[in-house]
Amino acid sequence: MSNLEASLSILKNEAIWLFLLRGVLFTLIISVIAVVCGVIFGSVLALVRNYCSKGWTVVFRYLAAIYIEVFRNTPLLLWIFICLVFCPCPSIFSQKMFTLTSVETKLLFKASVALILFTSSVTAEIIRGGLNAVAEGQFEAGHSQGFHTVQIMIYIVLPQAYRNVVPTLLSQIITTVKDSSYLANVAVIELMARTKQILSSANMYNGTGKINVTDVFVLFGCAALIYFIINFTLSCVVRSLQKKRKTAPKPVALE
Amino acid sequence: MAGLLSKDAWIKVWTYRNTFEMGFLNTLLTAAAAVLLSMVLGIVLGLMATSGKIILRGISRVYVEVIQNTPLLLQICFLYYALAFSGKSIGIIPTGILSIGIYHGAYMAEVIRAGIEAIPKGQFEAASSQGFGYIGRMYYIILPQSIKIILPPMVNQVVNLIKNTSCLYIIGGADLISQTYNFVTGASTGGAYAPAYIVSGLLFFVICFPLSKLASVWELNLKRRDRRVQKNNGEGRMMEV
Repeated sequence: MSNLEASLSILKNEAIWLFLLRGVLFTLIISVIAVVCGVIFGSVLALVRNYCSKGWTVVFRYLAAIYIEVFRNTPLLLWIFICLVFCPCPSIFSQKMFTLTSVETKLLFKASVALILFTSSVTAEIIRGGLNAVAEGQFEAGHSQGFHTVQIMIYIVLPQAYRNVVPTLLSQIITTVKDSSYLANVAVIELMARTKQILSSANMYNGTGKINVTDVFVLFGCAALIYFIINFTLSCVVRSLQKKRKTAPKPVALE
Repeated sequence: MAGLLSKDAWIKVWTYRNTFEMGFLNTLLTAAAAVLLSMVLGIVLGLMATSGKIILRGISRVYVEVIQNTPLLLQICFLYYALAFSGKSIGIIPTGILSIGIYHGAYMAEVIRAGIEAIPKGQFEAASSQGFGYIGRMYYIILPQSIKIILPPMVNQVVNLIKNTSCLYIIGGADLISQTYNFVTGASTGGAYAPAYIVSGLLFFVICFPLSKLASVWELNLKRRDRRVQKNNGEGRMMEV
């Protein structure tokens, strides 16, 4: 039992908590940025893939389709590795900031780019699902009111599509929070990597001079709990949204 | 991008093609074993979730929530280090199979639960009233109907599972991604970034793309058929009126 007490004493160390909580913050920031950028970029991709079907614009449609399929069918880790080598990094991100060293900020930027690219392909498919659910008559109605296609997209179709996919997009944040742990493979920035790093030097903190199994349980259990709290809260929000939507009075379907 | 066009780099990749072959085989092996494990777990937990017994349902719910809300990477690390530091290490690939199977088991369970819950309650009642037991009811009445709802998302899960074998990298695995990375950073083989990543990406793509295409086409067809059936039913009803 003394091993367990020794492991728990790691958690009493304030510096370690600060280290971990910064990791949580980075996890959240990275995920939110990835999803927001993913939604913007994904919307463009979804619109292009769905509606560029006339004349020479078909080229863009194929490009969007290729982009989406390539990113959806290859692992995120591959893209993180690729971005580490090939992604150019602007000079603003190659200096010390947010308590990270300049090397770490660079890695953070490049890995985030990979995460954004990857997430945007997934959100593109989600948004496409929402676009497909918008009734055909909405376009005709828009045209009959004198809107041109871009206006119809911005004022009529996209708002309805987003409304359709809000729960799915929220659950995509859960996936992205989990996916952000892939960054642990390349840099010590977010929660997962920081937990692993503390474990690797646990012998210095727990007072017993070596790493015990209990350290693994305490540290990873702690990280798992943090992830669980974040994601479970989100999934509760998603579920209540879906329930609300189901019970909301539906417009009468005309056949 | 110079590496992309340089012939030397491509030759290097070709000379060391064994590395990629081995990684690819490891990835496939891990994925296949993990798919089996996740299917078994998914079926058991899915049936538990729909059994109506509050304890079984509770167990399945807790399992699904805990597994789905924590990252796979954390679970792999946890399993690997817990085994390693207690001196019972079972090797990297078995650890990967176990944790990836457990992780996707939770998703499979949700897919199967949704498939069974989509069947109208009347079917269960009708089957019971005809004297079917639990197994007969599930086997003859419910599963044949829900299998078409279950399969498309299940294939999607398999695709995700194959992609997630890349998690083995963090525990020093021998899967395709790890092999690729070791190849491009290795002392004697290093440098051929672009060709190596292209090859490894392509290998993933040729496995995953047909599967995900199959799933989406399948789902679309089912949706279309459902709509047609609904429409026909609707017309029939109107005519009756």
